[in-house]
Amino acid sequence: MSRFVERHPAWALIAIIAIAMVLWLIFAVWPPGLEEAIGRKRIFLNALFNGITLGGLYFLVASGFTLIFGLMRNVNLAHGSLYLFGGYVGYAISASTGSWILSFIVAFILTALVGVLLQVIVFRRMEGQDLRQTMVTIGLSIVFADLMLWACGGDFYQIQTPNWLIGPVELPLVTAIKSSGEPVYLRYPLVRLVIFISSVIIGVAMWLALNRTRIGMIIRAGVDDRDILAATGVRIQLVFVLVFAFGAGLAGIAGVVGGTFQSLSPGEDIRFLLASLVVVIVGGMGSIPGAALGALIIGLAEQLGSVYIPTYAIVVTFLIMVLVLAIRPQGLLARR
Amino acid sequence: MSLAHDARVAVRPATMAQRAARTWPEVNNPAAWIVAVILLIMPLIASGFFLIEIFATTLILGTMALSLMFLAGYGGMVSLMQLTIAGFSAYMVAVFGVSGNANISLGWPWWLAVPMALALAIAFGTLGGALAVRTEGIYTIMITLAIGAAFYYFTNQNWAIFNGHTGINTVATPHFWGVNWRADIPFYYLVLAVAALCYFAVEYLSRAPFGLALQGVRDNPRRMAALGFNVNAHRIAAYAFASFVAALAGVLQVWNYRQISPGSVSVGACIDVLIIAVVGGITRPIGPFIGALIFVLLRTFALDFLVRLGLDGNRFRLLIGLGFLAIVFWSSDGVIGLWQRWRQSQRSNAPSSSGGRHHG
Repeated sequence: MSRFVERHPAWALIAIIAIAMVLWLIFAVWPPGLEEAIGRKRIFLNALFNGITLGGLYFLVASGFTLIFGLMRNVNLAHGSLYLFGGYVGYAISASTGSWILSFIVAFILTALVGVLLQVIVFRRMEGQDLRQTMVTIGLSIVFADLMLWACGGDFYQIQTPNWLIGPVELPLVTAIKSSGEPVYLRYPLVRLVIFISSVIIGVAMWLALNRTRIGMIIRAGVDDRDILAATGVRIQLVFVLVFAFGAGLAGIAGVVGGTFQSLSPGEDIRFLLASLVVVIVGGMGSIPGAALGALIIGLAEQLGSVYIPTYAIVVTFLIMVLVLAIRPQGLLARR
Repeated sequence: MSLAHDARVAVRPATMAQRAARTWPEVNNPAAWIVAVILLIMPLIASGFFLIEIFATTLILGTMALSLMFLAGYGGMVSLMQLTIAGFSAYMVAVFGVSGNANISLGWPWWLAVPMALALAIAFGTLGGALAVRTEGIYTIMITLAIGAAFYYFTNQNWAIFNGHTGINTVATPHFWGVNWRADIPFYYLVLAVAALCYFAVEYLSRAPFGLALQGVRDNPRRMAALGFNVNAHRIAAYAFASFVAALAGVLQVWNYRQISPGSVSVGACIDVLIIAVVGGITRPIGPFIGALIFVLLRTFALDFLVRLGLDGNRFRLLIGLGFLAIVFWSSDGVIGLWQRWRQSQRSNAPSSSGGRHHG
């Protein structure tokens, strides 16, 4: 951080001013002129929070994707199918047992098992043939999509939010002052906050596991040079299987999350595949902090875009990707 | 890179032979003459349904996949946005030409609208290509897929130009020289002429200096750069040419269905084009057409076929996906690769053969 400030003082100044402005927009009571210009503060805050929580969901999907790519150089275009599979499993569990927490656990385990099967049966056979692996994942995603359509039909499913998470919570953020002088606070759905906080916890835990533990050290070494790592005696195939299982399991968890605060239907697999593609292209392939930054940017752009420029929200996301590719083709936080 | 790598193995001897003979490979191939004659007298054999729904559709899809084959086989760049370029040109024909949506369409005559659509689609494809060549290999797939998906969502949301999810309907088709070019037989010959033009253009380019340089760039970009070739310029030029081929197919497609909607440019449809090219084989221009024929036959008859077997007819995509998986798993070069391997095993059964090249 301090090195960045030393190298680019002008950019650092602009960034600080921008952050200060955003903080002011969040915490200050807006003067009437501003409300007239860009609408009410409550709408802005809601879009901002929706964007951040959506970013949390995108991070869950994209971090598994980027982890798998970083270690195995394998673009798993069936990742969206894993997301949807996890969502359907979570729906089935929560509908039959009524337990929201249990649906996470089962979804994680089952999608992780699918991931293990994929790695053992498919990807191990064609190691180092990136393009062929990618083609196979495209074929797999078609097959999975049709199998899930067969099993679950084309209906929309929504996972029941547990009772203790239903309802809004009041945040200490003033949206407006009533004429009586009494402040109005922002009310926001508790479940979204919980989901966002848990995705932050998962992200931090992943970062710690990668940077502070032995298995994380092995994975980081594998990202840098897996041939040398295998030569030092690490059982690299086992590491591959574990990482693939974990990445797939994250997609499964994300499916339950997405099924809770959005809905599950055929086509969501492609939507989330696209979202994680854009997120990792923006953030940098194979980088966990990059996935977090990319997810935050894309989530915010999508939500703020859909509030303030509704027709062109998707184009804003796309423009961000183009801009990043033009300036930094390897992604914002990639090392290379 | 396995597909491109294997492609190199298969293409190089063929190119050498062609250069030695200095002639079109089709001239000495009786099978090619037979296919050409069959295609020309097709209206005598096939009725309206088969002529348009099977053969014309095959040729249109094959032309789209041909543009992908050119990029992937000779340039080593797997672009998933070829259908998007075709769809863009189709939309532009509908927007500039005459259609049922008078508030959107500008009502230009077809001989103005089509060149405009082609030019815009080429510009679009070249820009997308310029973006995609900043990255390599599997990244290209992801970026072109993202471009295709963004275009799909954009057409869904934009009502001013693309008329949202209803799309543009009853697009006018050309009438000139006293012929209605959308009538079955003239349209078939129009499609056949365009497909043949694109086919021979790709084949010519693959042996022209530009095509050879492009194959050099595919095999070893660093070496080509060291030899003084501008690697990125060659790649972008390849995208421009492929966009032209795809845009022509798009014009034919909008005339075929007389309408265009976001469903025609969806992500699934983009992937279908890749499936067609890969199933047919991406080392030779004929591959995409074979793949398109298989795809169209499956799409049209799989339902009846599955029902007759006592299975659910709606599982047609499952069949396509499994077939695609099988092809990718067992053959690196689609149906053409399987056929070549079979021929080689026949040849190596004969005595004193020196053993075929190993395909893998």
